Amino acid sequence: MNASIKFYQTGTFTVGNRLLSPEQRSVQASLERSNAINSGHRACQGCGEALGARYAVDAAMRAVNGQLIAANATGCLEVFSTPYPETSWQLPWIHSLFGNAAAVGTGIAAALKVKGRQDVRVIAQGGDGGTTDIGFGCLSGMFERNDDVLYLCYDNEAYMNTGVQRSSATPHAARTNTTMPVGPEPGAPFGQGKKLPLIAMAHEIPYVATATVADLHDLENKVERAMSMHGARYLHVLVPCPLGWGADSADTIKLARLARETGIFPVLEAERGEVTAVSKIRRRIPVEEYLRLQKRFAHLFGKPGHPEMVAAIQAEADRNICRFKLLDKTEAV
Amino acid sequence: MDKPFAITLDPGSSLANKTGSWRTMRPVYVDRLPPCNAQCPAGEDIQGWLYHAESGDYETAWRQLVRDNPFPAIMGRVCYHTCESVCNRGKLDEPVGINSVERFLGDEAITRGWRFEPPAADSGKRVLVVGAGPSGMSAAYHLRRLGHRVTVYEAGPLMGGMMRFGIPQYRLPRDVLDAEMQRIVDLGAEVRLNSKVKRIEEMMAEFDAAFLAVGAHIGKRAFIPAKDGSRILDAVSVLRSMEGEEKPMLGRRVVVYGGGNTAIDVARTARRLGATEAIIVYRRTREKMPAHDFEVEEALQEGVMVKWLSTIKQQGADGDAGALTIEKMELDEKGFPQPTGEFETLEADSLVLALGQDVDLSLLDGVPGLELKDGVVQVDPATMMAGRAGLFAGGDMVPAERNVTVAVGHGKKAARHIDAWLRGTRYAPPPKHELASFERLNTWYYSDAPKTMRPQLDLARRTGSFDEVQGGLTEDNALFEARRCLSCGNCFECDNCYGVCPDNAVIKLGPGQRFQFNYDYCKGCGICVAECPCGAIEMVAEEV
Repeated sequence: MNASIKFYQTGTFTVGNRLLSPEQRSVQASLERSNAINSGHRACQGCGEALGARYAVDAAMRAVNGQLIAANATGCLEVFSTPYPETSWQLPWIHSLFGNAAAVGTGIAAALKVKGRQDVRVIAQGGDGGTTDIGFGCLSGMFERNDDVLYLCYDNEAYMNTGVQRSSATPHAARTNTTMPVGPEPGAPFGQGKKLPLIAMAHEIPYVATATVADLHDLENKVERAMSMHGARYLHVLVPCPLGWGADSADTIKLARLARETGIFPVLEAERGEVTAVSKIRRRIPVEEYLRLQKRFAHLFGKPGHPEMVAAIQAEADRNICRFKLLDKTEAV
Repeated sequence: MDKPFAITLDPGSSLANKTGSWRTMRPVYVDRLPPCNAQCPAGEDIQGWLYHAESGDYETAWRQLVRDNPFPAIMGRVCYHTCESVCNRGKLDEPVGINSVERFLGDEAITRGWRFEPPAADSGKRVLVVGAGPSGMSAAYHLRRLGHRVTVYEAGPLMGGMMRFGIPQYRLPRDVLDAEMQRIVDLGAEVRLNSKVKRIEEMMAEFDAAFLAVGAHIGKRAFIPAKDGSRILDAVSVLRSMEGEEKPMLGRRVVVYGGGNTAIDVARTARRLGATEAIIVYRRTREKMPAHDFEVEEALQEGVMVKWLSTIKQQGADGDAGALTIEKMELDEKGFPQPTGEFETLEADSLVLALGQDVDLSLLDGVPGLELKDGVVQVDPATMMAGRAGLFAGGDMVPAERNVTVAVGHGKKAARHIDAWLRGTRYAPPPKHELASFERLNTWYYSDAPKTMRPQLDLARRTGSFDEVQGGLTEDNALFEARRCLSCGNCFECDNCYGVCPDNAVIKLGPGQRFQFNYDYCKGCGICVAECPCGAIEMVAEEV
């Protein structure tokens, strides 16, 4: 997956590089990338979802020579890309309902099978609300039947399109419009959580992976790997939302990077229910550095603040680091 | 119907929606001044030539380098590379080995016989250069490239000046020196050896302008009471005589008095000539020593000894011609050495004084309008012109730090101003870019890598001969080293801005052409600025 790096200026951390051989450069570095979501879309400044969707769909388009159909759940991605009569999508794209993107994907795949079109592939995509809450039943069914669809979840950790309401992917202690920072336990409650990549793995489908918009090469490699397989596949991409997270629009990629480097968002790959690879943390940092950049966590740091909640979030990150072995063995956990 | 699979209707494209109107700040591509370039006394575009070396295009790199400095192979050996001490990479792991890549390029040029591009059209102007040292030959080179006829008068028998008569062979092999000097002669500069200029004013009639670059060849003396027959030499003479047939006779115990680089050079030379003990006597401490620490370290490794906090009061006490009376010193609160009244005796076959050097300024006698102060000529620091019209000076002769790189820089600067003066204009240096500070980099994107150390000759072999002490880089590790450059403040086409824009508002113009913003769609989010590894984009406010 990772060719050996014979290059020390930036290695393969950057999008492309004049010193890398073309096959080591990312799809996004290419003049021929399909720009699946064209300019002129109405996403906010610095939208992580617009970025994540273009990264993933462009990579899928290259992997299948442009023979791709997308089903899209309701949500930001759908709303900002297709206000009537304009569309930003440069591939066949179908929107039906909030909760049925996985089922629509299943139907398209079934239709293609009937027509004998083995060359055309299917993706279904949605935000965390359409995936972890509203579309969860359809998605689980798609997994269970092992339908030939790659489902892409762009996780920005709340219902951003309707004005930032809590979803089952909203992190603990985060402020949303339905989890206000008031009372003894402000923000989203510390519940059980709902880790959809792990739930997908429990279906033992061919491929499950997580990625962020901060590591483009990794994300593209995972899409390419997924498109080389058949059956139900799931890719969960963390996409920071400047509006909903209360962050600077320039910090979108930085936040995704910090989410990985703190251990808050483990980046991994699994096949048939078994973890096959994890992205190691390169420069470990405390969760506070990640949280402080986001106004949705501002109540944790005011006076008197909630150091016990910061400690609880740190403990969650530490558990991820331990559980998924996110550090190299040489480093102490 | 030529439509993609499953498309039957023409949708309206979102391209109709010019989201650029949302913007209050716009990103702009900039070039910033890398700290190495800002620091280089010779004004080299270090980041610029490393850029070419990174892709293995060594000849282009060399050509970019020699636009500012014609001596990469010499520089790669004797330059004190202050560029490396300001290198931003030093804050990440270790500075880029700029000096060693420079040397590699210089050596490649010699091996492959690369030559300078032919000079510009003949200007018909004649310029006199006095002194074929680093400053004079640098000026000759730049003047020649600008199309002027150059005649260099050199008092000594060979070209190189202090690089030949002041720098030992183990630091600068003479074939390297000869090759880079000869290349300037091949460019058409006329060099007259053994031709000392006695009165510059008398020569000015023959030339349209002159550049004086006489080195500091006269060793300073200190008054040390001594008996007849005692052997006191000065460091410059010792180093100069190393170039002749007769090597200096220093004996088995050599004492060197002084704490500069010359003192170190002489002590190391003495060891190589067979002295069993070479002892440096210096009045202050190692921290206060003006010599570069790496040279002190190499000298100590070679067995040179140092008596810190010591001065020499007398030679030949008690009728013993070889006995030196040493007084111990101590530093006062301000860090100045003060005598303690404690004495000891040190036996020595010879005493070499390395207490600084002076320039022979006698050629300036009778020149009207000159100002001489502290043994050097005062020049306009902006143009290098002395008080007399058309007379320029640089190198050791003018008030500045004395080293090869500074001298080379003077030569370049003076050449530009001489050229302008000859054309009846004034040279205006281009405005300097803002400094590319470490804080502007996004260092996440750079991978960690150690600096390649130049292999050092074995200690035993080093002290026994005048072979070069520092080895060079091979092509493999030169490429490695060049690629460690962070390209501070200058786009190196990593495609990050092109990739990270959520609005596809960056246009990639192709190899070597960099990028452009599409302000029709750029919303001004600033991600490209935040994720640019080298800080080559900035946000500026939109005019409202």
